[in-house]
Amino acid sequence: MRRTKLFIVWLTLLLLPLGGAVASPEIQHWKTSNGARVYFVAAPQLPMLDIRVVFDAGSARDGKLPGLALMTNALLDAGAGDLDEEAIAERLEGLGAQLSSSALRDMAMVSLRSLSDVRYLDPAAAILARIIGEPRFPEEVFQRERKRLLVSLRAEQQSPGDIASKAFYRAIYGEHPYASPVNGTEESLQALRRSDLQRFHQRYYVAANAVVALVGDLTREEAEKLAEKLVAPLSTGTGAPSLPAVKPLAGAVEKSLPHPSTQTHILLGQPGMTRTDPDYMALYVGNHILGGSGFGSRIMTEIREKRGLAYSAYSFFLPMRRKGPFQMGLQTRNETAAEAERLLREILVRFIEEGPTEKELIAAKKNITGSFPLRIDSNRDILEYIAMIGFYGLPLDYLETFNQRVEAVTGEAIRDAFRRRIDPQRLAAIRVGGRE
Amino acid sequence: MQQTKRFLSLLLLCISLLPPLLWAQVHEFRLDNGLRILVKEDHRAPVVVSQIWYKVGASYEHDGITGVSHVLEHMMFKGTKKHGPGEFSRIIAENGGRENAFTGRDYTAYFQQLEKGRLEISFEMEADRMRNLLLPPEEFAREVKVVMEERRMRTEDNPQALTYEQLNAAAFVNSPYHHPIIGWMEDLRSLEIDDLKEWYRRWYAPNNATLVVVGDVDPQAVLELARKHYGPLEPSELSPPKPRIESRQRGTRRVTVRVPAKLPYLVMGYKVPVLKTAEAEWEPYALEVLAGILDGGNSARLSRRLVRKQQLAANAGAGYDLYAMRQSLFLLDGTPAEKHTTAELEKALRAEIERLKEEPVTAEELARVKAQVVAGKTFERDSLFYQAMQMGTLETVGLGWRRMEEYSDKVAAVTAEQVRAVARKYLVDDHLTIAELKPLPLENDTGNHGKGEADETH
Repeated sequence: MRRTKLFIVWLTLLLLPLGGAVASPEIQHWKTSNGARVYFVAAPQLPMLDIRVVFDAGSARDGKLPGLALMTNALLDAGAGDLDEEAIAERLEGLGAQLSSSALRDMAMVSLRSLSDVRYLDPAAAILARIIGEPRFPEEVFQRERKRLLVSLRAEQQSPGDIASKAFYRAIYGEHPYASPVNGTEESLQALRRSDLQRFHQRYYVAANAVVALVGDLTREEAEKLAEKLVAPLSTGTGAPSLPAVKPLAGAVEKSLPHPSTQTHILLGQPGMTRTDPDYMALYVGNHILGGSGFGSRIMTEIREKRGLAYSAYSFFLPMRRKGPFQMGLQTRNETAAEAERLLREILVRFIEEGPTEKELIAAKKNITGSFPLRIDSNRDILEYIAMIGFYGLPLDYLETFNQRVEAVTGEAIRDAFRRRIDPQRLAAIRVGGRE
Repeated sequence: MQQTKRFLSLLLLCISLLPPLLWAQVHEFRLDNGLRILVKEDHRAPVVVSQIWYKVGASYEHDGITGVSHVLEHMMFKGTKKHGPGEFSRIIAENGGRENAFTGRDYTAYFQQLEKGRLEISFEMEADRMRNLLLPPEEFAREVKVVMEERRMRTEDNPQALTYEQLNAAAFVNSPYHHPIIGWMEDLRSLEIDDLKEWYRRWYAPNNATLVVVGDVDPQAVLELARKHYGPLEPSELSPPKPRIESRQRGTRRVTVRVPAKLPYLVMGYKVPVLKTAEAEWEPYALEVLAGILDGGNSARLSRRLVRKQQLAANAGAGYDLYAMRQSLFLLDGTPAEKHTTAELEKALRAEIERLKEEPVTAEELARVKAQVVAGKTFERDSLFYQAMQMGTLETVGLGWRRMEEYSDKVAAVTAEQVRAVARKYLVDDHLTIAELKPLPLENDTGNHGKGEADETH
């Protein structure tokens, strides 16, 4: 039976008609016995497997201790079950497996890439289960990693781009949990205790708060068994509570931070949209035209192509659980900073007033829909998508219907959405540099 | 049970006419005008990546025109008679493609990723700009400003990148690896459109290029398409640059970089052979394994000993590029942990080198490095782009794409004794250059700053 199904999927990929409906990977979804949500795509072509376990345990859950979510995530592999950190590293690397972990504002995740041959996969997956379920957070490792994180905070202070980004989140989010930096502050890290990590893990690293994404050479039956094993050490627990809504900026915010750099980094923006936003497609396609698509976008054309003011100039919406940032940015030599910022503002105002031209809209749609096959051309890409679909609770046909939804966007819908959602009078403006 | 599964997978592959061996095969062609063509089939998704690699890069440049290869790469998007400035990018975008270009020390490459049916669009325009670039002076005047901004962003305002740039400048005296890929700022300022015209005329020709195509394609059809578009292009008479072999280093060199920064940083480079220059072919592979012993993951020595055990370093790494075209550097770098100094870090890094010379690496360590290489061979097949990159690099530096296939076997053959032998022979003080970043307060003004080896991107 399995043979028949996969064979058909594969044939569909091969016989895909140009420009016609695009075959999306078939996403299978179920829950483990303790309540973790699993998303699986069978990809039998390469003898490997990608696993990602995502928890609603990003820095938005830090509370009064910025850096807590990141430290908890970073220390998962620093000793788990009966294995110390050296044993974990040695065993996984001895199996040729690749482990990585990261914490963002919404999510914290652990990913593992392994050969799918059971001789490698079984022991690697067993270690992964212990890492997410039975971390020990040894005190001496905690002390050491905190010091290292403090060093990385100092490294950021010599990077105008990092300084600007941190100030930007603070400016647009105020009291919202998204305001504080994922990697914490000097004070909050000093205040952190090992017991905070243990509590955080107990609360958030639970099955009801977890999404398991699997892409690779497994049958459904094998994937079910594997997912069950991976989350077995987790208690069922409960999902994380919903985050507060993001308030719009009360007015314009201006912040100029002097830095001894040859360039000034400029960021402009405000809270943008959520992953499940009703305006998602209009804002996404609109931003593609405004500054999201690199060459050909208005920002790139005006700032770089016509005037040579910057190497990189862009705008984006980062959709999150609550409204993620809408951000425009560039870096230019200090002498041209004022001119570049003025242009960036003008481009935005004009775009909001006029919306895209018909020609721009057609070109954007062609690019977005035409590049669909590239978005899902590797196991890595598919893993990213299904983890995202699972985490934000998007429909399983999200990929299948993606192009239709892009096609449905009109120029008027873009103009309308930008008018309602982006207020150029209430932008946060961050400038870092200027003191050469 | 597992056996059943393998059996089924194998069956599937047979049904789909893609047994793994055939799949991995590279088809090799050469057009009459000298263009080399490499095609690799991968039918997992209906997409294709096309890359065109030119044998030219920063190491082909000479004093006064440094950065010209990279600026020319930028100008390749500024129009031909057929397609005006920016048209190339616009047409690829409209066809749902992704495209960009990158310049390295030993190559300049341009790429497009497309739905498989649109490969011809890439060929048509890429062939056009191989011979028919216009290089309008007003476009150049703007674009060179963009490149200066790029240099400011990547290097001038990045203390570690500045330090690395100085390391190369001190380590290499006669070798063109002395110069940064992006070029010195002063050279960028004095670059003229005629410098670019000359550079373009000299290097952009079918007999100086390799076309690499990976994806859901039929190799014969790709060849036909390439004939149609690249076939009519005239070859050039090529005159390779002078050898400029690096003169022998006779003692440790030290440079200091003082710029506003928050953290000290240390980077050390030993001059070592690469595949292209090695007398004995196993030596570069032994250096590759040595790099893995030091920095191949969390269980490797630098993380384990310097970061976790001694806690001298906040981070520490090692790097080696065995596919460089010229004698290159085996790099060690790191940031001291809190309350530790670059002097302590240097001592600890040197102690690790001494240890490699004294004791053979353990069987477990060697096995771990090899396990990662073997698994990596499967993992890398998940990325068409990476596979094309490997083939393009190897072909362009003159090693030939087959090295890619040999890699894991050659690494697997390295012994602990060979690792010790290359450490003893090459990681020696007389061939060492050390660059240190000494932070000035971020609050004070400093004036002039003087890049990384990472490729520059369009």
